[in-house]
Amino acid sequence: MSFTGLRALLPKHDLRALLILAAIIIIVMPLFLDIFRLNLVGKYLTYAFVALGLVLCWGLGGILSLGQGVFFGLGGYCMAMFLKLEASSPEQTAIQSTPGIPDFMDWNQLTELPWFWEPFHSLSFTLLAVIAVPALFAFIIGVAMFKRRVGGVYFAIITQAIAAILTILIIGQQGYTGGVNGITDLRTLLGWDIRTNSAQYILYFINAILLFACLLAAQVIRKSKLGRLLVAMREREDRVRFSGYDVANFKIFVFCIAAVFSAIGGAMFTLQVGFMSPSFVGIVPSIEMVIYCAVGGRLSIFGAIYGTLLVNWAKTIFSESFPELWLFAMGALFIGVVMAFPNGLADLYQSYALPWLKKQRLRLPARLGGVKTPQKTTK
Amino acid sequence: MKISNTPHPPSKLRRRFIKGLITLPATVLLSTMVFAAPPTAEVNTTGLAVTDDTVKVGILHSITGTMAISETGSVQAEKLAIEQINAMGGILGRQIEYTQEDGASDWPTFAEKSKKLLVKDKVAAVFGCWTSASRKAVLPIFEQYNGMLYYPTFYEGLEQSPNVIYTGQEATQQIIAGIDWVVKNKGAKKFFLLGSDYIWPRTSNKIARKHIEKLGLKVVGEEYYPLGHTQFNSVINKIKLKKPDVIYAIVVGGSNVAFYKQLKAAGIDMTKEKPLVLTISVTEDEILGIGGENIVGAYAAMKYFQSLTNDNNEAFVKAFKKRWGDDIVIGDVTQAAYLGPWLWKAAVEKAGSFDIDKIRKASPGLELTTAPEGYVRIHPNHHLWSKTRIGHARSDGQYDIVFETDELIEPDPFPKGYQ
Amino acid sequence: MFSEYSMTELTSIFAMQGFAGLLLFSVFVLMALGLAIIFGQMGVINMAHGEFMILGAYVTYLTSLFFSNYLPSLFGGYFFVAMILAFIATFTLGAFVEWAMIRHLYKRPLDTLLATWGLSLILQQTYRTVFGAREVGVTLPDWLMGSYAITDLIEVPINGIFVMVLTLFITFCVYLLMQKSKLGKQTRAVVQNRAMAGAVGINTEKVDRYTFGIGCGIAGVAGSAFTMIGSTGPTSGQLYIVDTFLVVVFGGASNLLGTVAAAFTISQAQSTMEFFLSGSSAKVLTLLTVVIILMLRPQGLFTLKIRR
Repeated sequence: MSFTGLRALLPKHDLRALLILAAIIIIVMPLFLDIFRLNLVGKYLTYAFVALGLVLCWGLGGILSLGQGVFFGLGGYCMAMFLKLEASSPEQTAIQSTPGIPDFMDWNQLTELPWFWEPFHSLSFTLLAVIAVPALFAFIIGVAMFKRRVGGVYFAIITQAIAAILTILIIGQQGYTGGVNGITDLRTLLGWDIRTNSAQYILYFINAILLFACLLAAQVIRKSKLGRLLVAMREREDRVRFSGYDVANFKIFVFCIAAVFSAIGGAMFTLQVGFMSPSFVGIVPSIEMVIYCAVGGRLSIFGAIYGTLLVNWAKTIFSESFPELWLFAMGALFIGVVMAFPNGLADLYQSYALPWLKKQRLRLPARLGGVKTPQKTTK
Repeated sequence: MKISNTPHPPSKLRRRFIKGLITLPATVLLSTMVFAAPPTAEVNTTGLAVTDDTVKVGILHSITGTMAISETGSVQAEKLAIEQINAMGGILGRQIEYTQEDGASDWPTFAEKSKKLLVKDKVAAVFGCWTSASRKAVLPIFEQYNGMLYYPTFYEGLEQSPNVIYTGQEATQQIIAGIDWVVKNKGAKKFFLLGSDYIWPRTSNKIARKHIEKLGLKVVGEEYYPLGHTQFNSVINKIKLKKPDVIYAIVVGGSNVAFYKQLKAAGIDMTKEKPLVLTISVTEDEILGIGGENIVGAYAAMKYFQSLTNDNNEAFVKAFKKRWGDDIVIGDVTQAAYLGPWLWKAAVEKAGSFDIDKIRKASPGLELTTAPEGYVRIHPNHHLWSKTRIGHARSDGQYDIVFETDELIEPDPFPKGYQ
Repeated sequence: MFSEYSMTELTSIFAMQGFAGLLLFSVFVLMALGLAIIFGQMGVINMAHGEFMILGAYVTYLTSLFFSNYLPSLFGGYFFVAMILAFIATFTLGAFVEWAMIRHLYKRPLDTLLATWGLSLILQQTYRTVFGAREVGVTLPDWLMGSYAITDLIEVPINGIFVMVLTLFITFCVYLLMQKSKLGKQTRAVVQNRAMAGAVGINTEKVDRYTFGIGCGIAGVAGSAFTMIGSTGPTSGQLYIVDTFLVVVFGGASNLLGTVAAAFTISQAQSTMEFFLSGSSAKVLTLLTVVIILMLRPQGLFTLKIRR
């Protein structure tokens, strides 16, 4: 990519934001946090994938999905199936009546591996499935809904129902899925113990790199014609349609992208936390993830990541110090953000911090080069 | 002191004096024992949070979210036990301090918090978890960081970890004696199995079904409903059609309330025992929500009921009510949670150390004669030997104990012939 | 599937299941009516709807305690007092929430979802702090317990009939309110065109407040009725929220009659399937069918022909 191309993709302030975020995540966090806290940050960052996807489809495209947990879960389950098979070698499961199958299957009287588990013996298939299964699922939902012009509130409620259905299915089919317990006790990835401290460090960095890759992908979409079309659709869908665009296809595309982001997050979650459970597929986590995005700023890809980190960090700290009060604090935070800062922290930064910074800089005329007015952000 | 006009005042005085004389050496002995608390370096070689006069433990239950309903009692029991132990002088001369964490009814949160307790707080033991899912979520962490978990709930079995002491019953301890009892005493021939849809009810019903079929009797129906389901009219109709002798119900949480209210409303009077209801999931805690008048006449198979009469239990119930209020009720799991700190204390004192490995070695065979449920002993498989008792629900929310096994039942988490 | 039952049994099955379905239908209607007003008429996605119901249930609990302690002779009638109090309590809270929160968000319907979700968290924790984490048991007066036996298989629970009658009554009231009363006409006017409604002299703010309050009030009465058949705990309200939204959306959000019809269809389908399949799969199948039908008919079963 040429320099101007890069400049167009990452205007100065976006580049600055990216560098600051990268510095925080890749340098500051690992330096100042011990491995336990760093692993927690790693876990939070897996939710940031979902929030990032929501910026694209909700902030840009105006499509609010209350079922992003479904994709997070699908990605996570695909990864967990692979790890579980590896953890269920005949030697390790010798006490079972059927050695060689995951323990929960044995408890549910299954005597052989179900067919859809078989391909998950292969890592490359698994990695493909992590992306493809949620994408396909999102595509089916997208086609069914957007082609019929279901949108807005209706879409939100239907995705919520889908999350409910999938949760009941996973819990009900416990012989195949592990039920309420989920798929637990995952230990190694191709013989590499993922629970050791060194593995946790490595996984943290892999996670961070993947997040930045998704961030860049989101930025490309935001700056492309597609991104502008999405904004146009959000504001006036019919006018875009009358201009000759097939609105549904764009929506389906961005919905699938958001699903894939979530799924990557889910897979990284499984790797870092060591299990996957249906409690991520349901409605509550799906709404919580929307809230991370809202707190950070639904229009800002960087804001979404900060929002996720902030809300989760607050949740952890609050529930450690005041376990009985943290729900009050959370509830107040959500109401406060929606009422006072509808565009989240990013807006706060844009409208207060940035002007203040600029003023500070204007006071220092010695630094002549720095007085350039930043371009207005395309929201 | 006021001397009253009773016939023999001096003798009373003398008695007191003698009593004082007797207690004096005891006090001296006790205080020297406290001073002679073994040095920290000796009792703690693995860097746990033990100082010269305190030891830190963790309490990990849901105090928010849907499971808070059930787990509150366990938290109260564990706190009471810890306070009582502290009042008696603590463990190895050290007072117990607890760090409480909220699992928030969310399994990943349980995993996160257990890791925090073990890695950051370096607690010497953790009392906690309630659902199987939360235990499964924390289990790898306890095994990786070598912690010790005292788990209070009756559960499905199929597990035996060196890092967990299971103070509740595994499935066979709760099921088999209960079914034998209804077959023998109530002449039950046909059973209808009902449960919430997750691993504990399914595994328990599997064991129940195998046992019923072994006895040559019949299971006429088996049904599962999603957790939180509140409409049971269809299954009640099915029960009416199939006319079982026993409804074997393992419904949990809020569903419980809906199920028993609707059962009663549909004209199934449990006091008539046609059909009879036998449950393993309704403790006194749950009856608070169901309402005694809605479940009167049902039978429950547990190891502990609040109405149990023995000295240990009377003292326990009294202390519990004094600490947490007169209205409180105590269920099976609450009692099992109360055992946790005491079993840990016994293990530490036997081992003479807080080290997890030494506690593990000391635990099998350990006895507790002060348990409210009576005598308990830890089996080498880390479960407790315990009795099965059958309670008959009264309208005031308590159970009358109508049966108890003569012997302690051996815990068998991997029962042969029931898998 | 049918072969294991005799003909008379089959008749009884359908009769009993029909009745179970009717009961479920009443529950759905009670849950959904309040939401149909709030969501269907005002476009507010009230995720705290379940918590409003539970407030009604707790008020019923308190009333029953009060009566059994101070007016035991009148205990038989406490339920009616409880329902009125539940309505007043939830109406007041609803009107307050509208004033403090919702009125600032009318232009952003999706944001009402997030804000009311926050509200539901706060309400849940409030219940937990005030009433304790354990469920509370609400004692019913004797005349509401028990059942009529029609045949030895078919028995009709009295509280079931009570819920049905209540449902009919409330539905009728809501119908009168929305279609015939001044407030109803004003509400519909505001929904259709806020600016014009304001221009002809309707106090739109007041109308909004009353409408939201009434929607919440109906939720409170529903919660009060649910103490007879379900549990009352801090998180019980969450159990209802998805089903409720589906019923409203399935019926075509802006149409009260549609809500009733949707409740009828879903409840009958679910209770029939529950009989022949297991509970979990019946639930999945019902939800799935609803979602698929909604994909085919995005605007719900009954609706005016408009495209948004």
